[in-house]
Amino acid sequence: MSSARKRPFNTLAMHGALILYTLIALFPVFVILINSFKTRKKIFREPLALPDAESFSLVGYQTVLKQGDFFLYFQNSLIVTVASLALVLLFGAMAAFALSEYRFRGNLLMGLYLALGIMIPIRIGTVAILDLMVSTGLVNTLWALILVYTAQGLPLAVFILSEFMRQVSNDLKDAARIDGLSEYTIFGRIVLPLVRPALATVAVFNMIPIWNDLWFPLILAPAEEVKTLTLGSQVFIGQFVTDWNAVLSALSMAILPVLLLYVIFSRQLIRGLTSGAVK
Amino acid sequence: MAEIHLTDLTKSYGPTEVLHHIEGHIQDGEFIVIVGPSGCGKSTLLRMVAGLETVSSGEIRIGERRVNELEPSERDIAMVFQNYALYPHMSVRANMAYGLKIRKLSQAEINRRVEEAADILEIRQYLDRKPRQLSGGQRQRVAMGRAIVRDPQVFLFDEPLSNLDAKLRVQMRLEIRKLQQRLGVTSIYVTHDQVEAMTLGDRLMVLNGGYVEQFGTPIELYDRPASIFVAGFIGSPAMNFLPAEVKDGSVVLSNGVIIPVESPKEANVTLGIRPEHLQPEPEGAIALQVEMVEQLGANTLLHGTLQGTDKALTASVAGHATYENGEFVNFSAPASMLHLFDPETESRLEL
Repeated sequence: MSSARKRPFNTLAMHGALILYTLIALFPVFVILINSFKTRKKIFREPLALPDAESFSLVGYQTVLKQGDFFLYFQNSLIVTVASLALVLLFGAMAAFALSEYRFRGNLLMGLYLALGIMIPIRIGTVAILDLMVSTGLVNTLWALILVYTAQGLPLAVFILSEFMRQVSNDLKDAARIDGLSEYTIFGRIVLPLVRPALATVAVFNMIPIWNDLWFPLILAPAEEVKTLTLGSQVFIGQFVTDWNAVLSALSMAILPVLLLYVIFSRQLIRGLTSGAVK
Repeated sequence: MAEIHLTDLTKSYGPTEVLHHIEGHIQDGEFIVIVGPSGCGKSTLLRMVAGLETVSSGEIRIGERRVNELEPSERDIAMVFQNYALYPHMSVRANMAYGLKIRKLSQAEINRRVEEAADILEIRQYLDRKPRQLSGGQRQRVAMGRAIVRDPQVFLFDEPLSNLDAKLRVQMRLEIRKLQQRLGVTSIYVTHDQVEAMTLGDRLMVLNGGYVEQFGTPIELYDRPASIFVAGFIGSPAMNFLPAEVKDGSVVLSNGVIIPVESPKEANVTLGIRPEHLQPEPEGAIALQVEMVEQLGANTLLHGTLQGTDKALTASVAGHATYENGEFVNFSAPASMLHLFDPETESRLEL
């Protein structure tokens, strides 16, 4: 760090590379955003031009908002994402606490078993999951999605959180025991606040795939009243005609909540990724 | 304040027994130091008293109560840990108050106790800081403050000073001792540092390999060590041990030097003599061939071998004298300062 600070060229090169990467990463988002504010003709004629007085149009947003279900889709997505995240964090942290804190027969085996889920994509089990959801009558409910996403997020959550919880000093927990805290209070009041960066990391890693997922909503909950935003936006993409204004507007709006959640978590996230590496 | 009785205490992890039949009776208000090398089980013993480790067999009584089955919080103890174990996300005040809040004391009482402890430890100006904003010594004070506010029957200290630098350690050592005398609370203190043990403890329990080697006052341990282990562990520099034989009422060293002692019977023995008890005397029987000289200012350490053997011998001479390497220096050893040990059992032979 100090050597980079001394040499302006290095700093320049480093920032240049980072800025270039940022531009590349943000470009598609930028294109979606500007085109969502243009007329259909202009989208095709000059896809990279900024909207001006002549080409500016809110027709996409009007279509999306008039199609009354948009808010329902939005609400569904939000419910599914927040509920799944809450369950992943709650159960993940509890399992991680047990694995990191208590010595019991099969602790290591249990840890490996829980980590196995990281390596096996949950979509392999789609047919079995669908079968299960049909027989339990959960098809076309938000619960079907929440349960699947919780299962999908848990392995990584347990893995990351148990690693972090192992770093919480044992003396601290013993001091808490002498202070008279119950095991639940130790978990909730001492350990959880200390692994908050790790919780944020897990939340962000899980949030984006859940929000963007198309697969499980399509298979488990395609009914109109439980459609998620991603699935809902597909109505504008037809086999022969695609309403690009509407698609781009819907996508633009779909970015917002994720962006908001990310900003909330990001301060913690950066600490979570670098803690341990930098003391 | 309470007495502590340890009766036939053992601790096993699976088939391995790590503490063997520990017996001890700790008086009310006494400061006991458990000392021993790392891995001797001293921390395990302390954690058993605290209730953080289960008791495999035997009994621990604090006051009148058998505490084997009680939770740590029900034993009326307070513990200070090596790495302070302060809650990092709480202020100093909250750290000290948390245990009291859990025990549902009134807010007024909590404030009174926290501020009283803060005054005793002179940490009042730090009460609203977070632990990470404090130095090591200040954190240690807060950790002690958290123990004091609980007003416990017993204080337990688990190597509380080993994370501090040498100078601060000496200062905190004195403070802990003063504090304990002022509060008069029965205390158990674990350390591997024999100087800390000697200066702090009313009595020392020397542990080695899960056995109590000796349990007595620092002076008893220094004057009449019960075993070779205690003799070598207590005192600095460590005691010299020389193989010898008892013949006709005197000890014969391996180089033939005869030291008269009143010994009970003829046998092979290990002769122990502390470096500071070797008295330089031109006619002395014990000759040391100097290999290295350490000048400490107040005294001079001579490291070398016993003449005619390869047995290491160290002598401590008052003041600063100059010695050449290879030079022979003669010492005499008063019979009252000699210790005889059985080389087989390593235990003390009474003269």
